[in-house]
Amino acid sequence: MSLTLEVRGLRTHFFTRAGVVKAVDDVSFSVARGRVLGLVGESGSGKSVTGFSIIGLVDPPGRIVSGEILFRGRDLTRLPEEEMRQLRGNRIAMIFQDPMMTLNPVLRIDTQMIETVLAHAKVSREEARARARDALGMVGIPSPEERLSAYPHQFSGGMRQRVAIAIALLHRPDLIIADEPTTALDVTIQGQILAEVQKLAAETGTSLIWITHDLSVVAGLADEIAVMYAGKVVEHGEVSAVLDSPLHPYTAGLIGSVPSRNARGARLKQIPGMTPSLLNLPPGCAFRSRCDRASPACEADPPMRELAPGRNARCIHPLLPAEA
Amino acid sequence: MTVYLLRRLFQAFGVVVAMSVLVFVGVYGIGNPVDILISPDADQMERERAIRALGLDRPLWEQYVWFVANALQGDLGRSFAYNEPALQLILQRMPATLELAFAAMILAVAIGLPLGLYAGLHPHSPASKAIMAGSILGFSLPTFWVGLMLIMLFAVHLGWLPSNGRGATAEFLGVQWSFLTANGLAHLAMPAFNLALFKISLVIRLTRAGVREAMLMDYVKFARAKGLSPRRVTFVHVLKNILIPVVTVTGLELGGTIAFSVVTETVFSWPGMGKLIIDSINRLDRPVMVAYLMIIVLMFVVINLLVDILYTVLDPRVRIEGKAA
Ligand SMILES: Nc1ncnc2c1ncn2[C@@H]1O[C@H](COP(=O)(O)OP(=O)(O)OP(=O)(O)O)[C@@H](O)[C@H]1O
Ligand code: SF4
Ligand SMILES: [Mg+2]
Repeated sequence: MSLTLEVRGLRTHFFTRAGVVKAVDDVSFSVARGRVLGLVGESGSGKSVTGFSIIGLVDPPGRIVSGEILFRGRDLTRLPEEEMRQLRGNRIAMIFQDPMMTLNPVLRIDTQMIETVLAHAKVSREEARARARDALGMVGIPSPEERLSAYPHQFSGGMRQRVAIAIALLHRPDLIIADEPTTALDVTIQGQILAEVQKLAAETGTSLIWITHDLSVVAGLADEIAVMYAGKVVEHGEVSAVLDSPLHPYTAGLIGSVPSRNARGARLKQIPGMTPSLLNLPPGCAFRSRCDRASPACEADPPMRELAPGRNARCIHPLLPAEA
Repeated sequence: MTVYLLRRLFQAFGVVVAMSVLVFVGVYGIGNPVDILISPDADQMERERAIRALGLDRPLWEQYVWFVANALQGDLGRSFAYNEPALQLILQRMPATLELAFAAMILAVAIGLPLGLYAGLHPHSPASKAIMAGSILGFSLPTFWVGLMLIMLFAVHLGWLPSNGRGATAEFLGVQWSFLTANGLAHLAMPAFNLALFKISLVIRLTRAGVREAMLMDYVKFARAKGLSPRRVTFVHVLKNILIPVVTVTGLELGGTIAFSVVTETVFSWPGMGKLIIDSINRLDRPVMVAYLMIIVLMFVVINLLVDILYTVLDPRVRIEGKAA
C-alpha cells in the first residue's frame, strides 16, 4: 500500500506577543493512496493548522518548528516556496469551511477557475475554460457553460462549495484536504456533497483528509480516524474499531456526545470542562482536568502507544475494549 | 440599471434645487454690497440708480425667481466688481483649478496606492512604519504651511521650481493647459503636490487597511491554496477588492479637492476659481459667489453620480442588485 502522505512529529507553533501557542504539537499520521482519513477534534484542537501546515500556508507568527511532511516521499517542510507553489492546487488541493467566503466576490467563476488551470498547465485559455466547464459538470452544477460567467454571489452556499470542490479537482490531485467543507451547509446538501466527493475521490484515486468535529460525518466517509486534542493526536486507528471501542477517554467522550448514539430523548452526554488554552500549555496530558480516569501519573506526557494491532492512543490509563 | 440611474438622476436634481435655495438665501442674507460697490461720495440719486441696476431693491423671492430663470439660460448674474457675466468669469478660471485638482488626484493614487500596498503586505517592516509615520504628517500638517515650506525649499533655497503662476501654457480643446509644456509642468509640480499631500495619506491608509483586511480573507488564502503566484494573488485578488473603496473615496474627494484648492491656489498664486472666490468674498461680489457655489454643487452632484456608476462597474454585487431594483 503506497503512502500519499506521511506526517511525522509535526510541530507548528505560533509565536504571539502573549507567548507560544503550540497549535500542532507532535502530530503523526499517514494517508494511503485512495484512502480517507478523518481528522476529528473540538474547535481549536489544531485541525486547520495541521491542514495548512501540509499545504504550506501557515502565516506568521506561525511556523513549522519541527517534523517531516512526506508527500510521495518528498519532505514538504524543506521544499523551496516556488516548488511548494507548484504542488498547491495541483497535486495537493484544499477545500475550506465557509463556501460564502472562499470565492473572490469580485471575480467571475470562469476567471477563478481558468487561473487555477493556467497556474499549473501550459494550455490555451479555451482549453482551460473547457476543463473548468467539465469540472463544474462533474460536481453536479447544471448548465455549467452559462454558470461559468456568473459571479459567486449568484450561487447558493451549496453550489459555491461545489464550485470550490470543482476547483480542487481541476488537476486531479493526489491529496485533497477538506477543512469542514460541509459544516456551513444544511443537512441534505451536506449528504449529497459527501457522497459526491467520496465517489470522485474513489474514481480518481485521490487521498482525502476530511477535517471535521462531527463524528457522524466521519463514520460514513473515512477509512481511518485521527482524533486531535490540544494540538496532539490522542487516538488513531481504523474508523469502525475506534468508534466501536475507543481507547482514549476523550474519544469516548466525543462519541458519547454524538446524538445518534444516544437513546432517543436522552440528554447528550457532554464532556465536562473546557478545552485548555494552548498558550503556554503545561506538560502532562492536556485532557487531565476533564478526565475522570486521571491520576498523578498523567502529569507526565503520555506517549503514543500501540495498544492493539493498528490501534494507537496517547493515554496512561486507556479504556479497555469492554468498558467502551 | 436604467431605473437605478433614473432614480439617481432625480435625486441629483433635487439636491441641486435645494442647494440653489440655500446658497441664494445664504449669500444674499449677508453684508451689504451697496456699501462696497458704490462710492461713499455718491449722492442718493446715484445710489438708487445703482441699486435698481443691480436688482438689489426687489424682494428676496423675486430676486431668486429672476436668478433661477436666468440660471437656466446660463446667466448667473453679472459680477459687481468686474461687470462681466459671473459664469464666464468662473469658467475662464475653471481649467486651471481642474488641472490642479486632477494632477493632485493622480499624484495621490500614483504615490498612495503603491505605498499603501507595500505597507499592507509588509506591515512590520521598517519601511512600512516610515510610510505610516509620513502619512500621519500628511494628515496633520496644515496645507498652507506645507505650501510655504515647499516654496522655501524648492523655490528659494534650491531654486529648482517656480513658486507662482501657471507658467507657459499650450492650447488643447480650446483651453490653455500648463501640463502640456515643460515650463507649465514645473509650475504645476509644487501646487499639485501640496494639494495632493492630504489625499496621498488618505489613499495610503485606505489601501493599507484594505490589503491587511483582504489578506486575512478566506478567498485570498484559497487563491494561494490554488497555487497562484504571489503576484497574481496581490494584483488580481487583493487589488481588485481594495480598488472599490479606494476609487469611491478618491472619487468623492475630487469634489472636495476642487472646492478646497482655495488655500493652495492662494499660496502659489494659481489663477483658478479658488483665488477668484477669495477675492469675491472680500468684495462681497455676490453674483460671483452664488455662481461659484452653484458650480461647485453641480460638480459634487455630477462627481457623486459618476462615482456611483464606477462603483457599480467595479462591484458585481451592487451591479446585480441595481438591475433587480
Ligand atoms: N494566527 C494565529 N495566531 C495565534 N494562534 C493561532 C493562529 N491561528 C491559529 N491559532 C491557534 O491555533 C489553535 C488551533 O487552531 P485551528 O484553527 O487549527 O483549530 P481547529 O481545530 O481547526 O478548530 P475549528 O474547529 O474551530 O476550526 C487555536 O487555539 C488557535 O488559537
Ligand atoms: S493520560 Fe490520564 S488524564 Fe490523560 S486521558 Fe489518559 S487517563 Fe485521562
Ligand atoms: Mg478549523
